[in-house]
Amino acid sequence: MSSKLVLKSVSILGAAPVDVEIEKGLISLIGKGNASDAQVIDCAGFVALPGFVDLHTHLREPGRENSETIATGSKAAARGGYVAVSAMANTLPVADTAAIVEQVRNIGSNIGLVDVFPIGAVTKGLAGHELSDIGSMASSKARVRVFSDDGNCVWDPLVMRRALEYVKQFDGVIAQHAQEPRLTEKSQMNEGSISATLGLKGWPAVAEESIIARDILLANMVDARLHICHVTTRGGVEIIRWAKAQGMKVTAEVTPHHLLLTDESASTFDPIYKVNPPLRTQDDVNALRAALLDGTIDIVATDHAPHPIEDKECEWENAAFGMVGLETAFSIVYSTMVASGAMSWDRLASVMSIAPAAIGRYANHGQHLEVGKPAHITVVNPQGSITVNRDELASKSRNTPFHGMNFQGAVVATIFNGLLTHKVGE
Amino acid sequence: MRHLLSISDLSRDFALEILSTAHELSRVSENGTKKLPTLRGKTVVNLFAEDSTRTRISFEAAAKRLSADVINFSAKGSSVSKGESLKDTAQTLQALGADAVILRHPASGAAHRLAQGRWISGSVINAGDGTHEHPSQALLDAFTIQRHLCDSKGDLAGLHIAIVGDILHSRVARSNILLLKKLGATVTLVAPPTLIPFAWQSWGVEVSHDLDAVLPTVDAVIMLRIQKERMSDLYFPSSREYSALFGINAERASLMKSHALVMHPGPMNRGLEITAEVADSSASVVVEQVANGVSVRMAILYLFIAGNQED
Repeated sequence: MSSKLVLKSVSILGAAPVDVEIEKGLISLIGKGNASDAQVIDCAGFVALPGFVDLHTHLREPGRENSETIATGSKAAARGGYVAVSAMANTLPVADTAAIVEQVRNIGSNIGLVDVFPIGAVTKGLAGHELSDIGSMASSKARVRVFSDDGNCVWDPLVMRRALEYVKQFDGVIAQHAQEPRLTEKSQMNEGSISATLGLKGWPAVAEESIIARDILLANMVDARLHICHVTTRGGVEIIRWAKAQGMKVTAEVTPHHLLLTDESASTFDPIYKVNPPLRTQDDVNALRAALLDGTIDIVATDHAPHPIEDKECEWENAAFGMVGLETAFSIVYSTMVASGAMSWDRLASVMSIAPAAIGRYANHGQHLEVGKPAHITVVNPQGSITVNRDELASKSRNTPFHGMNFQGAVVATIFNGLLTHKVGE
Repeated sequence: MRHLLSISDLSRDFALEILSTAHELSRVSENGTKKLPTLRGKTVVNLFAEDSTRTRISFEAAAKRLSADVINFSAKGSSVSKGESLKDTAQTLQALGADAVILRHPASGAAHRLAQGRWISGSVINAGDGTHEHPSQALLDAFTIQRHLCDSKGDLAGLHIAIVGDILHSRVARSNILLLKKLGATVTLVAPPTLIPFAWQSWGVEVSHDLDAVLPTVDAVIMLRIQKERMSDLYFPSSREYSALFGINAERASLMKSHALVMHPGPMNRGLEITAEVADSSASVVVEQVANGVSVRMAILYLFIAGNQED
């Protein structure tokens, strides 16, 4: 393989086509290429974006390698156009010490398909009582900056206050899974007319919104950075919009599935639609889309949550929460937000790459495509489309709710550190 | 139709056909014919992953009166209640050659999963799934109301039925609401606000918190069993207070029209949602509901299994 890679006639964020030359992991030229010894990818009609960064990924390793490994998750990420993922802490053992986060980081580096940034647990064992080794994880070789008990809410307000304050010393952020536990005991799906009819225990919007409101006030008091994971409700959006208007340091994410699906899908009783937080109503979907456009919600994060078949091929109440999402995220965001003209290429680059990298303090990621910058590039075909086939996913798990669905917009190639980690058809 | 999963799957006409078939079958029984050959050679499995004496024996009696072979699979304490995959259970039943599976399960939607999993070729009859539905109970309740208050061919138009108690957790209530409305009745739910789903507005019913105000207007009242553990979940302060506000006693029953029925799906908590005096009064049709249950379930088995030959 030649050392030079050329993206021939690619449009950077929708601009006029140029050639992009990549050498030694960096963008070496943008303009009219003349390399003769290069590997050339014809990108006519394609768009180049800063490589995607996922701030919310469950890679399951260590401990749940039956559903995903860092290797299979990395491959799925590359196929989805990602150059960096954030490995959530709810592994077995929990990522609450420097040893675990360094191990995850090392395994990811050795695989080399994406940057794997471990997220550290806020509390030991995700139990919500004692702070984990936050400082050790931050100063470890993994340089953890994002801390989350995701899967669990840091429900104790005092623990949350302390965590927010503590991570300030190294510019960290607490990524909160906003779920008031008492209001959601045994909850199965959004509380509303569908849950009432199906007899599935409801998950009220206020269980999410009350924690968002509380944490925004706490973070503001101690002047700390707060990130809200997977916002799903109109009420949550409005609280965050208010907080941002006050200049408070809060960021927020939305998942592709919450931008598209609603609680009506639960009527099938097929737990492929069972997810935490739950799918909400069309009104919530509309609010989330508007919030992603106006900047109230900063990023799209996949909450890629692989589960083995047996954990979904059962009764709804006994099924696991979660959906895989790395390989479908772009096409869903493109179809729902960009294809209609509502979202610009610049905004797409921000929500998929620039803003998540900034929140995670992931140096070298989320940068505009310029000469001298690290070659983390996602190439997409806006005219292309995908038909999701769960049996063809690179992920070890099959739990996609999008099986059989067709979406406009396809990831064509992913370049991580100058290396072609994914090319469609290869 | 192959499966009976939810009342919402039934057309009004088909629901009425089930009821009229039940009328005919009960007439045959009353004439002394104990057994019909209709389902001879068919295998019906009673798969009960949750305790239920009366529904199970009612279905068993119905199947036997139609000459079906009945396999009882009471899964309490067995692998099914321990979370053995529904798929494995279904495949076992398929291997046994079940023509129909009557499923009682603690998880809402379990019957849907069994039917939609394509793991079995027979009919699935939902005999109660979690807090979702209990279609055969609703059909037998409608049958009972029809017998007393309508002619046997007609629907329930013009009747006003109250359902009282733990609507939130009641599969009986959900199926009854769907069926009673389908058949033209007006439905009022009576319960403390904690026991009514907050999104009830989409159900097309009235809601009241005043049993005394509702009772004089109804043609039948369906009292639901109140589970004592709801108290510890803060749905109401005490069983004494629940009983005082939402239980039916003789004094309250006297507010009802003379023809009005008192119903209960059983098993009753005598002294909690219903006093012994009312349960055993002439207005009470609780025992008759049990007898009607067999006729209605015979009609269901007949129409869903024998009527499913072309599948």
